[in-house]
Amino acid sequence: MALKPVTLTLNGAERAAFTEDGENLLEFLRRRLGDLSPKYGCGQGSCGACTVLLDGAPVLACLTLAESVAGRRVETAAGLAGAALHPLQAAFVEGFAAQCGYCTPGMLMAAKALIDANPRPSREEVLEAISGNLCRCTGYEPIIAAVMAAAGSTERRA
Amino acid sequence: MTVTVERAATAEEAAAAMARGAQVVGGGTIVMRRVNAGDQRLGRLVVLADPALRRIGAGSEGVSLGALVTMSEVARAREADFLAPVARQVGGPAIRNMATVGGNLFARRTYGDFAVALLALGARVILAREGAREIGEFLRGRERSGLVLAVEVPRPREARAFGFLKVTRVHPAAAAVLSVAAHLPREGGRIRGARIAFGGMGPQPLRAPGAERALEGQPLDAGAIGRAATGCTEGLEPPTDALASAWYRREVAGVHLRRLLEGMV
Ligand SMILES: Cc1cc2nc3c(=O)[nH]c(=O)nc-3n(C[C@H](O)[C@H](O)[C@H](O)COP(=O)(O)OP(=O)(O)OC[C@H]3O[C@@H](n4cnc5c(N)ncnc54)[C@H](O)[C@@H]3O)c2cc1C
Ligand code: FES
Ligand code: FES
Repeated sequence: MALKPVTLTLNGAERAAFTEDGENLLEFLRRRLGDLSPKYGCGQGSCGACTVLLDGAPVLACLTLAESVAGRRVETAAGLAGAALHPLQAAFVEGFAAQCGYCTPGMLMAAKALIDANPRPSREEVLEAISGNLCRCTGYEPIIAAVMAAAGSTERRA
Repeated sequence: MTVTVERAATAEEAAAAMARGAQVVGGGTIVMRRVNAGDQRLGRLVVLADPALRRIGAGSEGVSLGALVTMSEVARAREADFLAPVARQVGGPAIRNMATVGGNLFARRTYGDFAVALLALGARVILAREGAREIGEFLRGRERSGLVLAVEVPRPREARAFGFLKVTRVHPAAAAVLSVAAHLPREGGRIRGARIAFGGMGPQPLRAPGAERALEGQPLDAGAIGRAATGCTEGLEPPTDALASAWYRREVAGVHLRRLLEGMV
């Protein structure tokens, strides 16, 4: 089977690699580009652990064909921190919103999409934003609180 | 991996590939689950990439939604404001950014919430090869329909003429135990052309003839709502699955229909 070249912008850097027919974006990011931040939970769209941003909007990497992101902009949790942690990451640490941490990269990206578009979300809007992301550890409350806190801090910086 | 993937730059190319047995990919939220599971029955996949299929168009009678329009786009589109509450109840945000109008017409129970709403509204499905089909007729033969280009959805004459309700065990996002949509146009205070559709009450979205008969020609009052709720499962054979038993669905269908209709008075 022929390999297909894919060039994309990953966390601000232009990257290229080969994909094969039927390969999903999650495998492509992890195996071909070495970005291990998006996680494999189910491969069925049900858990949200693989959530990444595609041109700024959250999608499930496990249900996205790798070849369909050619020329597009992908953001993962690996690109969140600059010199300091992203306010969301800092709030997750502060609020014990990550326990085993497996859901965290997907939660962070779902939450980033929310607060980029809506810097002062209500609790309901936070719930809605992470409604496709499962967490088996925290019971969600610390995550919701961390997103609300981070939204506040983004606000203060602006 | 056993599949091959091509892109179809035009709808015509995609229709031709489908006629030769290829499976088209819209948003991929259903097809990719099968690819990831290594489903050996999948062979040739054709990704729909014709920009014309992304069009949202407003007409005098309603809105036309291209097959590739996503649930997020429906939720944002002013031309489709009456469908926004339905689109917002499909999956979570990431699913809505991927899930297409075309793909929803083929979703197996208990997915297919958007199709339930379209069935109540009497949408027309525009096919590449066979022209326009009334959605009920389309759904009965959907396995053999070929490529869907768009759906044309008539706009309800007044906001209260259309309602949709999705019943889930988990909030805010989950697969439906059942979903129900009602279109009840009124003339001189009486219902003319009642359409009630259920999801999760059979293998695909289905009309509820018992409920429609109870409402037709009546004012939407407590008596008519009660009779519609009592008769709504007539002819329907709900499934038993991981979400609910057939018995449970039969018991609660009328309760939810009643709640929906009471909100439309
Ligand atoms: C976690 C999760 C949650 C979900 N929640 C919901 C929900 O709440 N409500 C709901 O209704 N659905 C839900 N779904 C199911 C699904 O996402 C939606 O039904 C969606 O609209 C399907 O569209 P798609 O474009 O992704 O389909 P695809 O996977 O691209 O296609 C589905 C089927 O339709 C065929 N097809 C697609 N487009 C066309 C076309 N234009 N012409 C002919 N055939 C076509 C494909 O060949 C395939 O057989 C969920 C799915 C997941 C994974
Ligand atoms: S791995 Fe993609 S949703 Fe679970
Ligand atoms: S922290 Fe363990 S799954 Fe969320």
